[in-house]
Amino acid sequence: MKIIDILILAPEILLIIFSIIAILTASFFKSNKSYNLIFQATIIIFLFSALILYLTPFEIKTNVNGIFIRDTFSKFFQILILLSVSCLLFMSKQYLQKNKLFKPEYPILLIFSTLGMMLMISSNNFLLLYLGLEIQSLSLYVVSSFRRENYKSTEAGLKYFILGSLSSGLMLFGISLIYGSTGSINFEIISSMIKHEGFFPGIIAGLVFLICGFAFKASAVPFHMWTPDVYEGSPTPVTAFFATVPKLAAIGVLLRVLFDCFGQLVESWQQVIIIISVLSMFLGSIAAIGQNNIKRLMAYSSIGHIGFVLMGIASGTDKGVSSVLIYMVLYIIMNIGVFVFILNMERNGVAVTTINSLNMYNDVSKSQTLFLTILLFSLAGIPPLAGFFGKFFIFNAAINAGLSWLAVIGGIASVIAAFYYLRIVYLMYFGLSSDPLSGKMPTAHWLILSGSALLMLIGIINLYGLEKPSFLAAKSLIN
Amino acid sequence: MEPFALGFYFFSSITLLSGLMVVLSTNPVHSVLWLILTFFGASGLFIILGAEFLALILMIVYVGAVAVLFMFVVMMLNINFKEIKSRLTKYLPVGVLIGLVLFVELSLIFGDFIPELKFNSNDDLVINPNIENTKQLGLVLYTDFFIYFQLAGIVLLIAMIGAIVLTHQRRKDVKRQDVLAQIYKDPNNSIELKDIKPGQGL
Repeated sequence: MKIIDILILAPEILLIIFSIIAILTASFFKSNKSYNLIFQATIIIFLFSALILYLTPFEIKTNVNGIFIRDTFSKFFQILILLSVSCLLFMSKQYLQKNKLFKPEYPILLIFSTLGMMLMISSNNFLLLYLGLEIQSLSLYVVSSFRRENYKSTEAGLKYFILGSLSSGLMLFGISLIYGSTGSINFEIISSMIKHEGFFPGIIAGLVFLICGFAFKASAVPFHMWTPDVYEGSPTPVTAFFATVPKLAAIGVLLRVLFDCFGQLVESWQQVIIIISVLSMFLGSIAAIGQNNIKRLMAYSSIGHIGFVLMGIASGTDKGVSSVLIYMVLYIIMNIGVFVFILNMERNGVAVTTINSLNMYNDVSKSQTLFLTILLFSLAGIPPLAGFFGKFFIFNAAINAGLSWLAVIGGIASVIAAFYYLRIVYLMYFGLSSDPLSGKMPTAHWLILSGSALLMLIGIINLYGLEKPSFLAAKSLIN
Repeated sequence: MEPFALGFYFFSSITLLSGLMVVLSTNPVHSVLWLILTFFGASGLFIILGAEFLALILMIVYVGAVAVLFMFVVMMLNINFKEIKSRLTKYLPVGVLIGLVLFVELSLIFGDFIPELKFNSNDDLVINPNIENTKQLGLVLYTDFFIYFQLAGIVLLIAMIGAIVLTHQRRKDVKRQDVLAQIYKDPNNSIELKDIKPGQGL
């Protein structure tokens, strides 16, 4: 470790040091006041690391013994992850306090999982990637069964743990095949090896196993079966977390591996990604129709959205990658908005998650209904909202890459998906009147909800100027 | 016969025989004891190969921790092992088949069947035969592999936090030791002397 390495790793080191201070504080000062302090300090540390990353002048391809990359691409994803984690943590406080889940371990585990994700995206070899992945998922397994006296939460944790270890095993097997064929775990060496010496069948087999593992983490279709159960069983703040941040990390690391390490083999992995993409889009839109639980519905919705993201990856161009980045930003904002609403769905102080409870919500709160409607329209991809532009860029990239038929399939799937988003809107405005929800929402939450809805409207103008940074990030990945 | 070859045949026959006995012995506790002997044989083989660190780690981790844990589980669970053993003949053909496949695969590796792969060796790890294993590991573990080492430590820390979060319960009805309260206890306040007259109660 040289001094420059420590500077490059500053955000990660900051997170580790803070988490250890937080653990010690939580174990020596056992009071609600200190837990509160840890909670707030965690949010500030996340924002602070994002700031460091934003200001960091390094544009270094590899360092720290050639295992670590801090380029525009990784910075883009890491800043996005840190911002969304701090927002989600801020949102979750009220719910945790109400449901007696307000423990200091919650923010600490989130710090660790964020650390894992940041390492994953910045890794330049498979060993660091795998360690980051394990750090990330191990803390998520615990967080998903955080409400341990509830058997559904325990089931969610156990299911996630068993299937997650299976996917880690698949991924490790793939890595071992790649290592066996190339003799290296370093992305650059593998890439140049493929370039100069062609490839062995072992590399392709290993690549397929790797994609399976990442598809599991991103909950793309043949590996999606855990998603609805885990989303339903976990406490709602954890579900909100699952729906947003780990997806970002999984997509980021998938892009990193596919383009950085196997950029020469686009034709080989393109077919796999296309199949996964088509299956995810259709399953996500069709299976969600029969759902009654809004958390399950959001699970299927996230599967569908991952299908669209994979379509952008399948195009295999820098335009495709930049469209994926834009789509992910919009997806995160929309999901945060919807989940801040779900967090506050309750009747007589008891959390409710059935869709039917939203009947005639317009009578309860006009403003919330309006904002949620905007977000749902945007999720469905209805123009002129920002969600439409996300899909537009993806379709554009796919058509430019000669995958017009894939874009047509995506269009059909998004029309089917529009049904279940619009059904919620229908229920809220024209449903049968029934036992209404309390409709109360803290001001901060109301601001987040209205803010994300407004962002969907503002995005029409210039997409917050996202096009340029996302294109630069994509360029730095592909070069 | 060379001493190394002699050692190899000695340890490998111990490993094979005790491995067989793990499966065949009727008493589960005996099975675990045979398993421990298998580990001993395997670590002897490692020593012959010049991997003394691996040999000792195998002894410490597998014999010291895993096998003892096995033993506890076997003794505590009331499983009818006779019944499981009675199905041995049913599974024997499948087992033999898997063994055969494994045998063929191994002979393919060690025979001249597969063409040589182009394998560029990892330059980071230069093995120097003059330095012992443990030192060699230490030389890379705390320098080149420092970050991996620290991150592996974090994985363990998360596992610990997770286990505590998911199982620890703070019970209200249990009396806990309060060390400070014990230290600051003043004998003048805690002991009360009573003068009791003979023949009378309190």
